Amino acid sequence: MTDGTGVRSLVELPAGGVATVVGIAEAAEPHVARRLVDLGLTPGTAVTVVRRAPLRDPTLYRFGGTSLCLRSAQARHVTVQVG
Amino acid sequence: MSSHCAPGGAGASPAPDGTAVVALVGAPNAGKTTIFNALTGLRAKTGNYPGVTVGRARGRCQVAGDTAVEVEDLPGTYSLEPISLDEQITVDLLHGRLEGVDTPDAVVVVADATTLGTSLRLLARVLELGAPTTLALTMYDELVARGGSLDTARLGRALGIPVVVADGRRRSGTADLVGLLGAPQDWPTPVVAPPTGPEESTAWARSVLLTASYRPATESALTARIDRVLLHPVAGVLVFLGVMLAFFETIFVLAAPLQDAIARGISALSGLVTSVAGDSALARLVSEAILGGVGSVLVFVPQIALLFVLIAVLEQVGYLSRAAFLMDRVMAMAGLEGRAFVALLSSFACAIPGIMATRTMPSARERLATMLTLPLVTCSARLPVYLLLVSMLVPADARWWGIGARGVVMFALYLLGAISMMVAARVATWLGRSRHAVLPFTLEMPPYRLPSLRTMAFSVWLPVKGFLRKAGTIILVATVLMWALLNLPTHSAAELRAAGVDPQDSTAVTSYTMQNSLAADVGRAVGPVFEPLGFDWKTNVAVISSLAARETFVATLGQISAAEDPTDPSAALQDSTYDSGPHEGELVYTPATLAALLVFFVFALQCLSTIAVLRRETGRWRWPLTVFGFYFALAWTMALAAHTVVGAVA
Repeated sequence: MTDGTGVRSLVELPAGGVATVVGIAEAAEPHVARRLVDLGLTPGTAVTVVRRAPLRDPTLYRFGGTSLCLRSAQARHVTVQVG
Repeated sequence: MSSHCAPGGAGASPAPDGTAVVALVGAPNAGKTTIFNALTGLRAKTGNYPGVTVGRARGRCQVAGDTAVEVEDLPGTYSLEPISLDEQITVDLLHGRLEGVDTPDAVVVVADATTLGTSLRLLARVLELGAPTTLALTMYDELVARGGSLDTARLGRALGIPVVVADGRRRSGTADLVGLLGAPQDWPTPVVAPPTGPEESTAWARSVLLTASYRPATESALTARIDRVLLHPVAGVLVFLGVMLAFFETIFVLAAPLQDAIARGISALSGLVTSVAGDSALARLVSEAILGGVGSVLVFVPQIALLFVLIAVLEQVGYLSRAAFLMDRVMAMAGLEGRAFVALLSSFACAIPGIMATRTMPSARERLATMLTLPLVTCSARLPVYLLLVSMLVPADARWWGIGARGVVMFALYLLGAISMMVAARVATWLGRSRHAVLPFTLEMPPYRLPSLRTMAFSVWLPVKGFLRKAGTIILVATVLMWALLNLPTHSAAELRAAGVDPQDSTAVTSYTMQNSLAADVGRAVGPVFEPLGFDWKTNVAVISSLAARETFVATLGQISAAEDPTDPSAALQDSTYDSGPHEGELVYTPATLAALLVFFVFALQCLSTIAVLRRETGRWRWPLTVFGFYFALAWTMALAAHTVVGAVA
């Protein structure tokens, strides 16, 4: 999804990367999508990728004043805009 | 403020007429339980909601003079559109749809001030219900310390409800909240309920935060610095291994002298009973059965208390989340999540604290899968059984690949236990997938904080009390029953002499009594079940007695075989032969039988105390009985396989 617009999935960001949430992908199961929104991943929220766990999964993110870990299986549904 | 919360009445299940019920609602990690403990004190009741593995806590809070309210601590929830069992319980309860549970008269939404934005969406949903609602803000001091700000008076006006700052870690920290609890009917309510549509709700939350001059806390610089080390792929893993080693050593090694002290105290008491009341049947019932039963309950208390001290420290400091972060990928292989790791580790000492440690897991489905499979982990009670059987199976000087063969077999047994647990958990989560939706894994990483002694006291006392009250009674009764099975009927001195036993020789008397006990009848009756595994009736009696505690297997086998030296029964056992049946006169403990016994103990849920704790933690008998039957069948099958393979090779 690396096109010229800078829109991509949250899992594609490197550690230290910063992006703004665009929305939750259609492919996400409804209850997963709702949970991600409940956690605060709403459009316009700025997300920082803090670090990945030693075995690459899960990843620690920071947004809305919270530090939260998500597995790649869920983070890939979060669409973000870089830059 | 003169009113204060004190441990009030016993808090019987249905609230007495006229006592208001206040529900605490909040996201996981909002500090809800700390507020609950501060409000209700040490006499809160913990248990499960009817029929489900969702923990319930309820207690009485004295608000003013003789007025009290019942406070119910609801499971943590991010929204009121439930996607997990825990959240379903919260929603059903708030709507008054939970049978046998009172509908709350008022709701207190507990929110972490440092992450207020996320909690406002939940608050909007609660306000929609129409019950009187108050917002209690935790971590307000931390918000200020980390450069944030919030005008609580203006927040209250913007929301149209009371807003208070609450801190359960300090004695006076909940005074304002308590002052409000007395009269929920007087709480202001919003003129218009906030919007709950996804976009409107976000816009509403932003405008409320703006009105309240909310500035979020910046990330704690100290936390970021510590995390650079503790979450580092190499340094972080090394620290993790060190912390877990210390954790394990504490519950395994530090608890041992305390457990010994309890055992010594109990045996001193039984000695006292015997010296006062003589050697009558009644004296033995008191000194052996009842005191023994009390001892077998108390002996778990040091481990449980130490475990919860350690968990409380690690959780309050913030390390438990870091450990879960580091271990999540590994536990995912078993279909579980990072938070299951501490429970798994504790189970190497004993499944009972391990099962209780699953309380830190937020998903009911994964918690159940973990609890039901932890008994497969090699606990310390299996160790004496393995030591005896391995010493009989493998010669002391045998070496494989230059390593002592006994050590290799012991290691293989530990490994087999851990792998079986992971496989069983994988199967259990897979079987449970249709019962509940598979939840996305989420784990909040709180900033590092200093632990509070007050909070710690609650986190240790409540599980210990729950264990003593609920599981303790079952263990006590089971131990007394096991004693009766092994020691009844009793025999008079004349009977003993007629059977050729010297009544003065207590070893011979014990041996004779056991050989003619009810348990021996059972051991002979179940003979056909265990015959394919090579067990004789004496082995069966020892296997039955090990239900009281696995290590009892060794002592019983020694006593029933009248070993000369009970501390080294293996020597006497080596020569024991079948006393009836087609193999009469042949050796019982062939390599095939020993291998079958070892494998049997790897898989069988041979522990009544574990069954009692599973009953308490899952809220019903169905789960412990199901797994007992399942693990027995598994143990029997695997033991037969081991008997066949080793019999063919050896």
